[in-house]
Amino acid sequence: MSNENVISVDGLTKRFGHFVAVDHISFDVKRGEIFGFLGANGAGKTTAMRMLCGLSLPTEGKATVAGFDVYTQNEQIKKNIGYMSQKFSLYENLTVKENIRFYAGIYGKSDQFIRQKTEKVLEQLHLTNEADKLVGSLPLGWKQKLAFSVAIFHEPGIVFLDEPTGGVDPVTRREFWNMIYEAAANGITIFVTTHYMDEAEYCGRVSIMVDGRIEALDTPSMLKQQFDAASMDQVFLKLARKAERSDN
Amino acid sequence: MKPVVVDHITKTYSSKKDKVTALNDISFEVEEGELFGIIGPDGAGKTSLFRIIATLLVQDSGKATVEGLDSVKDYKEIRNILGYMPGRFSLYQDLTVEENLNFFATIFNTTVNENYDLIKDIYSQIEPFKKRRAGKLSGGMKQKLALSCALIHKPSVLLLDEPTTGVDAVSRKEFWEMLKKLKQQGITILVSTPYMDEAGLCDRIALVQNGEVLSLDTPQGIIDSFENPLLAVRSNDMLKLLKRLKSARGVDDAYPFGEYHHVVLQKNYNKDDLSDYLVKEEPGTEIISAQPNIEDCFMNLMKN
Repeated sequence: MSNENVISVDGLTKRFGHFVAVDHISFDVKRGEIFGFLGANGAGKTTAMRMLCGLSLPTEGKATVAGFDVYTQNEQIKKNIGYMSQKFSLYENLTVKENIRFYAGIYGKSDQFIRQKTEKVLEQLHLTNEADKLVGSLPLGWKQKLAFSVAIFHEPGIVFLDEPTGGVDPVTRREFWNMIYEAAANGITIFVTTHYMDEAEYCGRVSIMVDGRIEALDTPSMLKQQFDAASMDQVFLKLARKAERSDN
Repeated sequence: MKPVVVDHITKTYSSKKDKVTALNDISFEVEEGELFGIIGPDGAGKTSLFRIIATLLVQDSGKATVEGLDSVKDYKEIRNILGYMPGRFSLYQDLTVEENLNFFATIFNTTVNENYDLIKDIYSQIEPFKKRRAGKLSGGMKQKLALSCALIHKPSVLLLDEPTTGVDAVSRKEFWEMLKKLKQQGITILVSTPYMDEAGLCDRIALVQNGEVLSLDTPQGIIDSFENPLLAVRSNDMLKLLKRLKSARGVDDAYPFGEYHHVVLQKNYNKDDLSDYLVKEEPGTEIISAQPNIEDCFMNLMKN
Protein backbone atom coordinates (compact mmCIF):
# COMPACT_ATOMS: atom_id res chain seq x y z
CA MET A 1 0.00 0.00 0.00
CA SER A 2 1.39 3.40 -0.96
CA ASN A 3 0.53 6.88 0.21
CA GLU A 4 -1.06 7.90 -3.02
CA ASN A 5 -4.82 8.51 -2.84
CA VAL A 6 -6.69 6.74 -5.61
CA ILE A 7 -10.12 7.73 -4.32
CA SER A 8 -10.60 11.15 -2.82
CA VAL A 9 -14.04 12.23 -1.65
CA ASP A 10 -14.91 15.58 -0.08
CA GLY A 11 -18.44 16.58 0.97
CA LEU A 12 -20.01 14.35 -1.66
CA THR A 13 -23.80 14.67 -1.63
CA LYS A 14 -26.71 13.34 -3.66
CA ARG A 15 -30.28 14.54 -3.30
CA PHE A 16 -33.37 13.12 -4.93
CA GLY A 17 -35.88 15.96 -4.50
CA HIS A 18 -35.96 16.59 -0.76
CA PHE A 19 -34.44 13.24 0.08
CA VAL A 20 -30.73 13.36 0.89
CA ALA A 21 -29.52 9.89 -0.09
CA VAL A 22 -25.85 10.70 0.47
CA ASP A 23 -25.11 13.52 2.89
CA HIS A 24 -21.67 15.19 2.71
CA ILE A 25 -19.42 12.15 2.90
CA SER A 26 -15.63 12.58 2.91
CA PHE A 27 -12.83 10.03 2.83
CA ASP A 28 -9.68 8.98 0.98
CA VAL A 29 -8.62 5.52 -0.15
CA LYS A 30 -4.96 4.70 -0.77
CA ARG A 31 -3.50 2.60 -3.56
CA GLY A 32 -3.60 -1.10 -2.69
CA GLU A 33 -5.91 -0.58 0.27
CA ILE A 34 -8.85 -2.90 1.03
CA PHE A 35 -11.59 -0.47 1.97
CA GLY A 36 -14.84 -1.85 3.44
CA PHE A 37 -17.91 0.26 2.75
CA LEU A 38 -20.63 -0.82 5.18
CA GLY A 39 -24.10 0.34 6.06
CA ALA A 40 -27.63 -0.96 6.61
CA ASN A 41 -30.02 -1.36 3.68
CA GLY A 42 -31.11 2.11 2.64
CA ALA A 43 -28.15 3.91 4.24
CA GLY A 44 -26.99 5.25 0.86
CA LYS A 45 -24.16 2.86 -0.04
CA THR A 46 -25.37 2.07 -3.53
CA THR A 47 -25.99 5.72 -4.41
CA ALA A 48 -22.51 6.65 -3.18
CA MET A 49 -20.95 3.80 -5.10
CA ARG A 50 -22.78 4.77 -8.29
CA MET A 51 -21.35 8.27 -8.06
CA LEU A 52 -17.83 6.93 -7.57
CA CYS A 53 -18.22 4.62 -10.58
CA GLY A 54 -19.21 7.55 -12.78
CA LEU A 55 -22.79 6.32 -13.19
CA SER A 56 -24.57 9.08 -11.31
CA LEU A 57 -23.76 12.79 -11.00
CA PRO A 58 -23.41 14.19 -7.47
CA THR A 59 -25.59 17.10 -6.36
CA GLU A 60 -22.64 18.72 -4.62
CA GLY A 61 -19.19 18.02 -3.21
CA LYS A 62 -16.01 16.81 -4.84
CA ALA A 63 -14.63 13.40 -5.72
CA THR A 64 -11.87 11.99 -7.85
CA VAL A 65 -11.46 8.32 -8.69
CA ALA A 66 -8.17 7.09 -10.19
CA GLY A 67 -7.31 10.76 -10.64
CA PHE A 68 -10.44 11.57 -12.65
CA ASP A 69 -13.20 13.95 -11.68
CA VAL A 70 -16.66 12.41 -11.12
CA TYR A 71 -18.42 15.39 -12.75
CA THR A 72 -16.42 15.87 -15.91
CA GLN A 73 -14.41 12.70 -16.52
CA ASN A 74 -16.84 9.87 -15.78
CA GLU A 75 -16.02 8.07 -19.03
CA GLN A 76 -12.34 7.89 -18.03
CA ILE A 77 -13.41 6.62 -14.61
CA LYS A 78 -15.37 3.76 -16.18
CA LYS A 79 -12.31 2.73 -18.21
CA ASN A 80 -10.06 2.71 -15.19
CA ILE A 81 -12.13 0.78 -12.69
CA GLY A 82 -13.50 -2.74 -12.43
CA TYR A 83 -16.92 -3.59 -11.04
CA MET A 84 -18.64 -6.72 -9.87
CA SER A 85 -21.81 -7.36 -7.90
CA GLN A 86 -23.59 -10.39 -6.55
CA LYS A 87 -26.64 -9.78 -8.69
CA PHE A 88 -25.08 -9.09 -12.03
CA SER A 89 -21.66 -10.25 -12.98
CA LEU A 90 -21.44 -12.54 -15.99
CA TYR A 91 -23.58 -13.64 -18.92
CA GLU A 92 -24.95 -17.07 -18.05
CA ASN A 93 -25.51 -18.12 -21.65
CA LEU A 94 -21.99 -17.29 -22.80
CA THR A 95 -19.13 -19.67 -22.09
CA VAL A 96 -16.35 -18.90 -19.63
CA LYS A 97 -14.02 -17.90 -22.47
CA GLU A 98 -16.67 -15.84 -24.26
CA ASN A 99 -17.41 -13.87 -21.10
CA ILE A 100 -13.74 -13.03 -20.67
CA ARG A 101 -13.37 -12.01 -24.32
CA PHE A 102 -16.54 -9.93 -24.18
CA TYR A 103 -15.53 -7.94 -21.11
CA ALA A 104 -11.91 -7.52 -22.15
CA GLY A 105 -13.10 -6.42 -25.60
CA ILE A 106 -15.36 -3.76 -24.09
CA TYR A 107 -12.33 -2.36 -22.29
CA GLY A 108 -10.48 -2.23 -25.62
CA LYS A 109 -7.86 -4.88 -24.89
CA SER A 110 -5.95 -6.36 -27.86
CA ASP A 111 -6.59 -9.90 -29.08
CA GLN A 112 -3.09 -10.90 -28.13
CA PHE A 113 -3.44 -9.53 -24.59
CA ILE A 114 -6.77 -11.30 -24.18
CA ARG A 115 -5.46 -14.62 -25.51
CA GLN A 116 -2.39 -14.69 -23.29
CA LYS A 117 -4.10 -13.48 -20.18
CA THR A 118 -7.12 -15.77 -20.59
CA GLU A 119 -4.88 -18.80 -20.40
CA LYS A 120 -3.18 -17.53 -17.27
CA VAL A 121 -6.44 -16.63 -15.53
CA LEU A 122 -8.09 -19.96 -16.35
CA GLU A 123 -5.08 -21.77 -14.95
CA GLN A 124 -5.14 -19.79 -11.74
CA LEU A 125 -8.84 -20.52 -11.31
CA HIS A 126 -8.39 -24.21 -12.26
CA LEU A 127 -11.03 -23.64 -14.92
CA THR A 128 -8.97 -24.64 -17.98
CA ASN A 129 -11.19 -27.68 -18.59
CA GLU A 130 -14.34 -25.60 -18.19
CA ALA A 131 -13.28 -22.85 -20.63
CA ASP A 132 -15.94 -23.80 -23.16
CA LYS A 133 -18.74 -24.48 -20.71
CA LEU A 134 -21.63 -22.07 -20.26
CA VAL A 135 -21.20 -19.90 -17.19
CA GLY A 136 -24.77 -20.77 -16.18
CA SER A 137 -23.71 -24.37 -15.60
CA LEU A 138 -20.97 -23.50 -13.07
CA PRO A 139 -21.53 -23.60 -9.30
CA LEU A 140 -22.10 -20.18 -7.73
CA GLY A 141 -18.73 -20.09 -5.97
CA TRP A 142 -16.86 -20.64 -9.24
CA LYS A 143 -18.95 -18.00 -10.94
CA GLN A 144 -18.12 -15.43 -8.30
CA LYS A 145 -14.40 -16.17 -8.48
CA LEU A 146 -14.53 -15.98 -12.26
CA ALA A 147 -16.52 -12.73 -12.08
CA PHE A 148 -13.83 -11.20 -9.89
CA SER A 149 -11.08 -12.25 -12.32
CA VAL A 150 -13.10 -10.77 -15.18
CA ALA A 151 -13.62 -7.51 -13.25
CA ILE A 152 -9.85 -7.05 -12.89
CA PHE A 153 -8.90 -8.61 -16.24
CA HIS A 154 -8.25 -5.20 -17.85
CA GLU A 155 -5.91 -4.39 -14.94
CA PRO A 156 -7.81 -1.46 -13.46
CA GLY A 157 -6.40 0.61 -10.60
CA ILE A 158 -9.54 0.12 -8.52
CA VAL A 159 -12.19 -2.56 -8.31
CA PHE A 160 -15.63 -1.99 -6.78
CA LEU A 161 -17.19 -5.12 -5.28
CA ASP A 162 -20.86 -4.90 -4.30
CA GLU A 163 -21.68 -7.79 -1.95
CA PRO A 164 -19.50 -10.18 -3.92
CA THR A 165 -19.89 -13.15 -1.56
CA GLY A 166 -23.64 -13.26 -0.80
CA GLY A 167 -24.91 -16.85 -0.53
CA VAL A 168 -21.48 -18.35 -1.22
CA ASP A 169 -20.34 -21.31 0.92
CA PRO A 170 -17.82 -20.55 3.69
CA VAL A 171 -14.86 -22.26 2.03
CA THR A 172 -15.36 -20.48 -1.30
CA ARG A 173 -15.98 -17.21 0.52
CA ARG A 174 -12.47 -17.47 1.98
CA GLU A 175 -10.94 -18.45 -1.35
CA PHE A 176 -12.59 -15.35 -2.75
CA TRP A 177 -11.01 -13.17 -0.06
CA ASN A 178 -7.68 -14.78 -0.79
CA MET A 179 -8.03 -13.50 -4.36
CA ILE A 180 -8.87 -10.05 -3.00
CA TYR A 181 -5.71 -10.04 -0.87
CA GLU A 182 -3.59 -11.05 -3.83
CA ALA A 183 -5.08 -8.35 -6.04
CA ALA A 184 -4.45 -5.76 -3.32
CA ALA A 185 -0.86 -6.96 -2.94
CA ASN A 186 -0.49 -6.34 -6.69
CA GLY A 187 -1.52 -2.73 -6.19
CA ILE A 188 -5.21 -2.93 -7.06
CA THR A 189 -7.33 -0.89 -4.69
CA ILE A 190 -10.36 -2.78 -3.36
CA PHE A 191 -13.61 -1.03 -2.49
CA VAL A 192 -16.01 -3.62 -1.09
CA THR A 193 -19.47 -3.84 0.51
CA THR A 194 -20.66 -6.86 2.46
CA HIS A 195 -23.34 -8.05 4.88
CA TYR A 196 -20.94 -10.54 6.46
CA MET A 197 -19.45 -8.80 9.46
CA ASP A 198 -16.51 -11.21 9.72
CA GLU A 199 -15.49 -9.94 6.28
CA ALA A 200 -15.37 -6.41 7.64
CA GLU A 201 -12.46 -7.67 9.76
CA TYR A 202 -10.55 -8.56 6.57
CA CYS A 203 -10.54 -4.94 5.40
CA GLY A 204 -7.71 -2.52 6.04
CA ARG A 205 -10.17 0.22 6.95
CA VAL A 206 -13.93 0.24 7.23
CA SER A 207 -16.47 3.02 6.91
CA ILE A 208 -20.01 2.65 8.23
CA MET A 209 -22.82 4.71 6.71
CA VAL A 210 -25.94 5.62 8.67
CA ASP A 211 -28.73 7.72 7.16
CA GLY A 212 -26.55 8.96 4.28
CA ARG A 213 -23.60 9.99 6.45
CA ILE A 214 -20.36 8.23 7.30
CA GLU A 215 -20.64 7.77 11.06
CA ALA A 216 -17.41 5.85 11.60
CA LEU A 217 -14.23 5.24 9.64
CA ASP A 218 -11.12 3.50 10.87
CA THR A 219 -9.29 0.19 11.01
CA PRO A 220 -11.42 -2.65 12.41
CA SER A 221 -9.35 -2.79 15.61
CA MET A 222 -9.65 0.97 16.23
CA LEU A 223 -13.40 0.86 15.58
CA LYS A 224 -13.83 -1.92 18.10
CA GLN A 225 -11.88 0.12 20.63
CA GLN A 226 -13.81 3.29 19.86
CA PHE A 227 -17.19 1.60 20.29
CA ASP A 228 -16.11 -0.69 23.10
CA ALA A 229 -17.16 -3.73 21.11
CA ALA A 230 -15.77 -7.27 20.87
CA SER A 231 -16.48 -7.67 17.17
CA MET A 232 -17.31 -5.68 14.05
CA ASP A 233 -20.80 -7.15 14.25
CA GLN A 234 -21.33 -5.31 17.54
CA VAL A 235 -19.84 -2.09 16.17
CA PHE A 236 -22.22 -2.28 13.23
CA LEU A 237 -25.26 -2.98 15.40
CA LYS A 238 -24.45 -0.12 17.77
CA LEU A 239 -24.28 2.31 14.85
CA ALA A 240 -27.00 0.96 12.60
CA ARG A 241 -29.57 0.71 15.41
CA LYS A 242 -29.39 4.52 15.65
CA ALA A 243 -30.59 4.84 12.07
CA GLU A 244 -33.80 6.78 11.65
CA ARG A 245 -34.39 5.82 8.10
CA SER A 246 -34.03 2.30 6.87
CA ASP A 247 -35.24 -0.02 4.22
CA ASN A 248 -37.88 -1.30 6.65
CA MET B 1 -47.37 -37.69 14.03
CA LYS B 2 -44.42 -35.40 13.24
CA PRO B 3 -45.46 -32.14 11.53
CA VAL B 4 -42.91 -32.53 8.73
CA VAL B 5 -41.30 -35.77 7.62
CA VAL B 6 -38.86 -35.94 4.71
CA ASP B 7 -38.07 -39.53 3.86
CA HIS B 8 -35.31 -40.40 1.37
CA ILE B 9 -36.17 -37.65 -1.09
CA THR B 10 -34.23 -37.38 -4.33
CA LYS B 11 -34.80 -34.74 -6.97
CA THR B 12 -32.89 -34.28 -10.20
CA TYR B 13 -33.21 -31.77 -13.01
CA SER B 14 -32.21 -32.81 -16.49
CA SER B 15 -31.54 -30.92 -19.65
CA LYS B 16 -30.22 -32.32 -22.91
CA LYS B 17 -26.63 -32.05 -21.75
CA ASP B 18 -26.60 -32.16 -17.99
CA LYS B 19 -28.27 -33.89 -15.12
CA VAL B 20 -28.16 -32.01 -11.84
CA THR B 21 -28.94 -33.74 -8.57
CA ALA B 22 -30.59 -31.08 -6.41
CA LEU B 23 -31.50 -33.42 -3.54
CA ASN B 24 -29.72 -36.69 -2.96
CA ASP B 25 -31.61 -39.08 -0.68
CA ILE B 26 -32.40 -36.51 2.01
CA SER B 27 -34.21 -37.51 5.22
CA PHE B 28 -35.17 -35.65 8.41
CA GLU B 29 -38.11 -35.07 10.74
CA VAL B 30 -39.27 -31.84 12.33
CA GLU B 31 -40.80 -31.95 15.82
CA GLU B 32 -43.98 -30.15 16.80
CA GLY B 33 -43.42 -26.50 17.68
CA GLU B 34 -39.81 -26.68 16.60
CA LEU B 35 -37.83 -23.95 14.86
CA PHE B 36 -35.83 -26.06 12.43
CA GLY B 37 -33.12 -24.53 10.25
CA ILE B 38 -31.85 -25.75 6.88
CA ILE B 39 -28.43 -24.14 6.63
CA GLY B 40 -26.41 -24.17 3.44
CA PRO B 41 -25.00 -22.06 0.61
CA ASP B 42 -26.74 -21.26 -2.68
CA GLY B 43 -27.13 -24.40 -4.75
CA ALA B 44 -27.34 -26.72 -1.73
CA GLY B 45 -30.90 -27.72 -2.66
CA LYS B 46 -32.80 -25.68 -0.06
CA THR B 47 -35.41 -24.24 -2.42
CA SER B 48 -36.10 -27.57 -4.16
CA LEU B 49 -36.67 -29.15 -0.76
CA PHE B 50 -39.08 -26.41 0.34
CA ARG B 51 -41.01 -26.55 -2.93
CA ILE B 52 -41.47 -30.29 -2.55
CA ILE B 53 -42.75 -29.94 1.02
CA ALA B 54 -45.00 -27.09 -0.14
CA THR B 55 -46.50 -29.43 -2.82
CA LEU B 56 -45.26 -27.20 -5.64
CA LEU B 57 -42.69 -29.63 -7.00
CA VAL B 58 -42.77 -33.41 -7.27
CA GLN B 59 -39.77 -35.43 -6.16
CA ASP B 60 -38.23 -38.26 -8.25
CA SER B 61 -38.37 -40.65 -5.33
CA GLY B 62 -38.98 -40.69 -1.60
CA LYS B 63 -41.81 -39.25 0.42
CA ALA B 64 -42.63 -36.02 2.20
CA THR B 65 -45.49 -35.54 4.64
CA VAL B 66 -46.94 -32.54 6.44
CA GLU B 67 -49.04 -33.39 9.51
CA GLY B 68 -49.21 -36.92 8.14
CA LEU B 69 -50.51 -35.83 4.73
CA ASP B 70 -48.63 -36.91 1.63
CA SER B 71 -47.13 -34.06 -0.43
CA VAL B 72 -48.15 -35.68 -3.71
CA LYS B 73 -51.51 -37.35 -2.97
CA ASP B 74 -52.88 -34.93 -0.39
CA TYR B 75 -51.55 -31.70 -1.81
CA LYS B 76 -54.88 -29.87 -1.50
CA GLU B 77 -55.21 -30.58 2.22
CA ILE B 78 -51.58 -29.65 2.83
CA ARG B 79 -52.04 -26.28 1.21
CA ASN B 80 -54.74 -25.45 3.77
CA ILE B 81 -52.52 -26.04 6.77
CA LEU B 82 -49.19 -24.83 5.43
CA GLY B 83 -47.83 -21.30 5.22
CA TYR B 84 -45.11 -20.77 2.60
CA MET B 85 -42.96 -17.73 2.07
CA PRO B 86 -40.84 -18.20 -1.05
CA GLY B 87 -37.39 -16.68 -1.39
CA ARG B 88 -38.46 -14.40 -4.17
CA PHE B 89 -41.15 -11.79 -3.39
CA SER B 90 -44.30 -13.25 -4.90
CA LEU B 91 -47.21 -11.12 -3.77
CA TYR B 92 -49.26 -9.03 -6.17
CA GLN B 93 -47.21 -5.91 -6.81
CA ASP B 94 -50.17 -3.90 -8.12
CA LEU B 95 -52.43 -4.67 -5.16
CA THR B 96 -52.09 -2.59 -2.00
CA VAL B 97 -50.78 -3.99 1.27
CA GLU B 98 -54.31 -4.35 2.57
CA GLU B 99 -55.65 -5.87 -0.66
CA ASN B 100 -52.92 -8.50 -0.69
CA LEU B 101 -53.69 -9.53 2.86
CA ASN B 102 -57.45 -9.65 2.22
CA PHE B 103 -56.89 -11.62 -0.95
CA PHE B 104 -54.90 -14.33 0.81
CA ALA B 105 -57.39 -14.45 3.69
CA THR B 106 -60.28 -14.90 1.25
CA ILE B 107 -58.54 -17.66 -0.69
CA PHE B 108 -58.22 -19.61 2.54
CA ASN B 109 -61.86 -18.99 3.46
CA THR B 110 -61.04 -16.80 6.40
CA THR B 111 -60.88 -13.11 7.24
CA VAL B 112 -58.11 -10.82 8.38
CA ASN B 113 -60.03 -10.19 11.62
CA GLU B 114 -60.34 -13.84 12.50
CA ASN B 115 -56.59 -14.42 12.72
CA TYR B 116 -55.42 -10.88 13.36
CA ASP B 117 -53.90 -11.91 16.71
CA LEU B 118 -51.34 -14.07 14.99
CA ILE B 119 -50.05 -11.38 12.64
CA LYS B 120 -50.63 -8.34 14.84
CA ASP B 121 -47.00 -7.81 15.90
CA ILE B 122 -45.74 -8.05 12.34
CA TYR B 123 -48.59 -6.43 10.43
CA SER B 124 -48.93 -3.44 12.75
CA GLN B 125 -45.47 -2.32 11.59
CA ILE B 126 -46.65 -1.97 8.00
CA GLU B 127 -50.29 -1.06 8.70
CA PRO B 128 -49.56 2.69 8.38
CA PHE B 129 -48.80 1.93 4.70
CA LYS B 130 -51.80 -0.30 4.03
CA LYS B 131 -52.96 1.79 1.07
CA ARG B 132 -49.58 1.52 -0.63
CA ARG B 133 -49.08 -0.87 -3.54
CA ALA B 134 -46.93 -3.84 -2.59
CA GLY B 135 -44.56 -3.13 -5.49
CA LYS B 136 -43.72 0.26 -3.95
CA LEU B 137 -42.67 -1.13 -0.57
CA SER B 138 -39.06 -1.31 0.61
CA GLY B 139 -37.39 -4.71 0.98
CA GLY B 140 -37.98 -4.98 4.71
CA MET B 141 -41.64 -4.01 4.42
CA LYS B 142 -42.24 -6.50 1.61
CA GLN B 143 -40.78 -9.18 3.83
CA LYS B 144 -43.18 -8.33 6.65
CA LEU B 145 -46.16 -8.30 4.31
CA ALA B 146 -45.16 -11.64 2.80
CA LEU B 147 -44.87 -13.14 6.27
CA SER B 148 -48.28 -11.73 7.24
CA CYS B 149 -49.84 -13.24 4.10
CA ALA B 150 -48.20 -16.61 4.79
CA LEU B 151 -49.71 -16.61 8.30
CA ILE B 152 -53.19 -15.26 7.64
CA HIS B 153 -54.85 -18.70 7.47
CA LYS B 154 -53.23 -19.73 10.76
CA PRO B 155 -51.11 -22.53 9.35
CA SER B 156 -49.77 -25.22 11.66
CA VAL B 157 -46.52 -25.41 9.71
CA LEU B 158 -44.64 -22.42 8.30
CA LEU B 159 -41.98 -22.72 5.57
CA LEU B 160 -39.66 -19.75 5.12
CA ASP B 161 -37.23 -19.98 2.22
CA GLU B 162 -34.24 -17.68 2.83
CA PRO B 163 -36.21 -14.88 4.47
CA THR B 164 -33.04 -12.97 5.43
CA THR B 165 -30.93 -13.22 2.28
CA GLY B 166 -29.55 -9.83 1.25
CA VAL B 167 -30.91 -8.24 4.40
CA ASP B 168 -28.57 -6.20 6.63
CA ALA B 169 -27.43 -7.38 10.05
CA VAL B 170 -29.92 -5.25 12.00
CA SER B 171 -32.99 -6.30 10.01
CA ARG B 172 -31.88 -9.92 10.18
CA LYS B 173 -31.83 -9.78 13.98
CA GLU B 174 -35.32 -8.23 14.00
CA PHE B 175 -36.65 -10.94 11.70
CA TRP B 176 -35.37 -13.69 13.96
CA GLU B 177 -37.00 -12.01 16.94
CA MET B 178 -40.31 -12.19 15.04
CA LEU B 179 -39.76 -15.90 14.41
CA LYS B 180 -39.15 -16.53 18.10
CA LYS B 181 -42.50 -14.95 18.92
CA LEU B 182 -44.28 -17.06 16.30
CA LYS B 183 -42.69 -20.18 17.71
CA GLN B 184 -44.11 -19.28 21.12
CA GLN B 185 -47.56 -19.39 19.54
CA GLY B 186 -47.02 -23.05 18.74
CA ILE B 187 -46.31 -22.86 15.01
CA THR B 188 -43.78 -25.34 13.64
CA ILE B 189 -41.27 -23.39 11.56
CA LEU B 190 -38.92 -24.68 8.91
CA VAL B 191 -36.54 -21.93 7.78
CA SER B 192 -33.60 -21.92 5.39
CA THR B 193 -30.63 -19.57 5.36
CA PRO B 194 -27.16 -19.26 3.85
CA TYR B 195 -25.99 -17.29 6.94
CA MET B 196 -24.19 -19.67 9.29
CA ASP B 197 -24.45 -17.24 12.20
CA GLU B 198 -28.24 -17.66 12.20
CA ALA B 199 -27.93 -21.37 12.98
CA GLY B 200 -27.64 -20.73 16.71
CA LEU B 201 -31.15 -19.25 16.76
CA CYS B 202 -32.75 -22.56 15.71
CA ASP B 203 -33.72 -25.49 17.96
CA ARG B 204 -32.17 -27.94 15.54
CA ILE B 205 -30.41 -27.52 12.23
CA ALA B 206 -29.52 -29.55 9.19
CA LEU B 207 -26.34 -28.45 7.43
CA VAL B 208 -26.81 -29.10 3.71
CA GLN B 209 -24.42 -28.99 0.78
CA ASN B 210 -24.82 -30.35 -2.77
CA GLY B 211 -28.20 -31.87 -1.97
CA GLU B 212 -27.03 -33.83 1.04
CA VAL B 213 -27.33 -33.43 4.78
CA LEU B 214 -23.81 -33.07 6.19
CA SER B 215 -24.99 -33.09 9.79
CA LEU B 216 -28.22 -32.79 11.76
CA ASP B 217 -28.42 -31.91 15.43
CA THR B 218 -28.94 -29.04 17.85
CA PRO B 219 -26.49 -26.18 17.16
CA GLN B 220 -24.64 -27.08 20.35
CA GLY B 221 -24.61 -30.77 19.39
CA ILE B 222 -22.99 -29.94 16.06
CA ILE B 223 -20.42 -27.74 17.76
CA ASP B 224 -19.67 -30.46 20.33
CA SER B 225 -19.00 -32.95 17.56
CA PHE B 226 -16.09 -30.82 16.30
CA GLU B 227 -13.31 -32.99 17.68
CA ASN B 228 -10.06 -31.38 16.54
CA PRO B 229 -8.28 -28.74 18.61
CA LEU B 230 -9.05 -25.26 17.26
CA LEU B 231 -6.81 -22.21 17.67
CA ALA B 232 -7.16 -18.54 16.81
CA VAL B 233 -3.93 -16.93 15.65
CA ARG B 234 -2.98 -13.43 14.57
CA SER B 235 0.07 -11.35 13.75
CA ASN B 236 0.94 -8.15 11.93
CA ASP B 237 1.12 -9.79 8.54
CA MET B 238 -1.95 -11.99 8.27
CA LEU B 239 -1.38 -13.08 4.66
CA LYS B 240 2.14 -14.31 5.36
CA LEU B 241 0.95 -15.96 8.57
CA LEU B 242 -1.78 -17.86 6.73
CA LYS B 243 0.68 -19.26 4.21
CA ARG B 244 2.96 -20.40 7.01
CA LEU B 245 0.13 -21.96 8.99
CA LYS B 246 -1.07 -23.95 6.01
CA SER B 247 2.28 -25.65 5.67
CA ALA B 248 2.95 -26.09 9.41
CA ARG B 249 3.24 -29.58 10.87
CA GLY B 250 0.12 -30.90 12.58
CA VAL B 251 -2.17 -28.37 10.88
CA ASP B 252 -5.24 -29.86 9.24
CA ASP B 253 -6.68 -26.60 7.99
CA ALA B 254 -6.12 -22.87 8.38
CA TYR B 255 -8.39 -20.10 7.17
CA PRO B 256 -9.19 -16.44 7.90
CA PHE B 257 -11.82 -15.98 10.57
CA GLY B 258 -12.62 -12.37 11.34
CA GLU B 259 -9.60 -10.67 12.87
CA TYR B 260 -7.89 -14.03 13.50
CA HIS B 261 -6.98 -17.05 11.45
CA HIS B 262 -8.55 -20.26 12.70
CA VAL B 263 -6.24 -23.25 12.78
CA VAL B 264 -7.65 -26.76 12.92
CA LEU B 265 -5.02 -29.08 14.36
CA GLN B 266 -4.73 -32.78 13.81
CA LYS B 267 -6.09 -34.63 16.82
CA ASN B 268 -2.72 -35.68 18.27
CA TYR B 269 -1.33 -32.13 18.22
CA ASN B 270 -1.99 -29.29 20.68
CA LYS B 271 -1.56 -25.57 21.11
CA ASP B 272 1.97 -25.88 22.51
CA ASP B 273 3.19 -27.69 19.40
CA LEU B 274 2.12 -24.81 17.20
CA SER B 275 3.31 -22.17 19.71
CA ASP B 276 6.81 -23.67 19.74
CA TYR B 277 6.94 -23.52 15.97
CA LEU B 278 5.49 -20.02 15.57
CA VAL B 279 7.60 -18.44 18.32
CA LYS B 280 10.62 -19.31 16.22
CA GLU B 281 9.20 -18.51 12.79
CA GLU B 282 6.84 -15.60 13.49
CA PRO B 283 7.77 -13.83 16.73
CA GLY B 284 4.99 -11.66 18.10
CA THR B 285 2.22 -13.98 16.98
CA GLU B 286 -0.75 -14.23 19.32
CA ILE B 287 -2.16 -17.76 19.78
CA ILE B 288 -5.28 -18.59 21.77
CA SER B 289 -7.58 -21.60 22.01
CA ALA B 290 -10.88 -21.01 20.23
CA GLN B 291 -14.41 -22.38 20.38
CA PRO B 292 -15.62 -23.61 17.01
CA ASN B 293 -18.84 -22.14 15.68
CA ILE B 294 -21.22 -23.49 13.04
CA GLU B 295 -19.13 -22.09 10.21
CA ASP B 296 -16.05 -23.98 11.43
CA CYS B 297 -18.16 -27.13 11.63
CA PHE B 298 -19.59 -26.60 8.16
CA MET B 299 -16.15 -26.20 6.62
CA ASN B 300 -14.84 -29.20 8.48
CA LEU B 301 -17.76 -31.31 7.24
CA MET B 302 -17.34 -30.02 3.68
CA LYS B 303 -13.73 -31.19 3.67
CA ASN B 304 -14.49 -34.69 4.88
